[in-house]
Amino acid sequence: MLSIKNIHARIEEKEILRGLSLDIKPGEVHAIMGPNGSGKSTLASVLAGKEEYEVTEGSVQFLQKDLLEMAPEERAREGVFLAFQYPVEIPGVSNMNFLKAAVGEIRKHQGLEPLSAKEFLKLVAEKSKLVELDGQLTNRAVNEGFSGGEKKRNEIFQMAMLEPKLAILDETDSGLDIDALRIVANGVNALRSPDRSFLVITHYQRLLDYIVPDFVHVLYKGRIVKSGPKELALELEEKGYDWIKEEFETAYS
Amino acid sequence: MEATLNTTVSAAEKFISSFSNFKSALLQSQPAMVERALAALHTQDFPTTRVEDWKYTRTARIAHENWSIINAAAKVDITPYVIPGLNAELIVFVNGFLRDDLSAYSNALDVSIKADKTHEAIDFPCANIFQSLNAAYSTSVLHIHIAKNKVRTAPLHILHIMADEMAMAQPIITIHAEKSAELEVVESFVCVKDQKSFCNRLLNVHVDENAIVSLHKIQAEGDHSFMMNEDSIHIEKNGRFNINTLTIDGGWVRNNLNISLDGENIETHLNGIFLPRRKQFVDNHSKVDHRFPNCNSNELYKGILNDNSVGVFNGKVYVQPDAQKTNAFQSNKNVLLSNEAQMNTKPELEIYADDVKCSHGTTTGQMDDSALFYLKSRGLSDESARKLLSTAFVNDVISKVDNEAVREYVITELVKRDLLFV
Repeated sequence: MLSIKNIHARIEEKEILRGLSLDIKPGEVHAIMGPNGSGKSTLASVLAGKEEYEVTEGSVQFLQKDLLEMAPEERAREGVFLAFQYPVEIPGVSNMNFLKAAVGEIRKHQGLEPLSAKEFLKLVAEKSKLVELDGQLTNRAVNEGFSGGEKKRNEIFQMAMLEPKLAILDETDSGLDIDALRIVANGVNALRSPDRSFLVITHYQRLLDYIVPDFVHVLYKGRIVKSGPKELALELEEKGYDWIKEEFETAYS
Repeated sequence: MEATLNTTVSAAEKFISSFSNFKSALLQSQPAMVERALAALHTQDFPTTRVEDWKYTRTARIAHENWSIINAAAKVDITPYVIPGLNAELIVFVNGFLRDDLSAYSNALDVSIKADKTHEAIDFPCANIFQSLNAAYSTSVLHIHIAKNKVRTAPLHILHIMADEMAMAQPIITIHAEKSAELEVVESFVCVKDQKSFCNRLLNVHVDENAIVSLHKIQAEGDHSFMMNEDSIHIEKNGRFNINTLTIDGGWVRNNLNISLDGENIETHLNGIFLPRRKQFVDNHSKVDHRFPNCNSNELYKGILNDNSVGVFNGKVYVQPDAQKTNAFQSNKNVLLSNEAQMNTKPELEIYADDVKCSHGTTTGQMDDSALFYLKSRGLSDESARKLLSTAFVNDVISKVDNEAVREYVITELVKRDLLFV
């Protein structure tokens, strides 16, 4: 599904990703962990196509297509979804109009007929239940005045509406209390399927108790320095990142 | 004494030479006013950008043209300009001339609509050349009068159509709402094709004690049109006046809006949107004069400027020494969609009373990149994302227009011009 090969990326003059490679197959859930500043969010931004990041080397193939050649909206239409770490508040734009436009664009791209108003509302009702999102929130302006938890639930709700092939969750758990975390994780788990893959970026192991990954990768200084099964997350939780850093420094010194 | 021979011809004299034989529609009812205006024209000239009030507004393009006053006999199709669902009494001007044959209004209603020969005095100070020109060469005068305690639920629609190349329209409109009366007026400005034309219209509104007047101005002419609006409003105690200035299209637009709060406990709202593009120019000058205590004024103008367009906002709020307990708020917010677009904005607040709540502010910026990226990351094209954000930006003002038919019409016209998201 996704094949990242040796990418280097920088923002302004600062190189953040330094030769990252990763393969994700359909249906797999990969967790990316790592200390602050290791490049986790940069990876998410590069995959979603944020313009400030410049990829200087390497390639990303998504379903046999060159992802880096695509504009952000093309990536979304091809099936990439980024759940933002900091969802943007957009005053005056209603969640509903926005989603209707987004669903419309994606369906058009897939050669599907547009949904009728009734079908759309039915879909909204069904998907908002997944994350226990209040009907009133779906009618408000995009993220405006939402609590932190509501914003994250809204991200997962949008994901459910757009049905991506690859979902990237960028620290979706940060700042969530345990109830909100459970709701978000349940929403994600409900969307797991054999042909949908997840890249879960997190700082904390806690989220992975709820969204159980197939693989855990440790990102450090812009590279994946360790990969393992889900148990690796527990080890990291217990021992912290220092031993990884030491291993890395020894190997590269 | 021999009169000195003046060989120099002023710009104004040159300007009027092609229609100087035209008799002002005001001549019969107010010859003194016409006399005063003609005299003023001898000394007045088109303002240059050295005059503070016209610093960013070039009038030379109007001054150097040979305009004609044309009372077009031809039938004009008004159907494209009727506002769906408005159910209004319709008063039509073509090239500034009131056209009874195209209008559909009834004097049997609570409102009396009279053309020309009345005694409702018009008193413009002829403070600038545009006012003087209009009074000296008025094409038609329309008086709208609503009697004491009358409440008119259906609005009046005044439709200005510019129909001919090089036509200059100079209509005068007066609105007088007597004590406790209520009236809503929609005024729209269009041109039949994008021909060169100049509409110089004067408006006098008197809102008597406890009366309510709402005015929705929809300016939708073409790239080659020039439009000068002089709106002079007087409100008496407990009165309310709301105006929405919705500038959809126009090559050169200048709105002078002067509101005088002549009593206590008055409320007035001034809202505006303008979306110039290509080489369009839109200038909103407003003056709100708080002269008595316990009044509220609220002003919000929002602009979205694209291509090489230029916008001007100058809002003055005066709070006179007697106007204690005034609440006066003023805001102008703008978005520039291109590097070439230009916005000149100057909010001004002069307060001479000490127990007041006042604020003014202005922002001019670009579209929020993080919001754009967020929308695009959900599959919206760059164009759709920008339009969606533009829509949200101006919706703030459009939603304040408390007439659904007007709101719908304005949105439809903006969508038709590919400026808003459907």
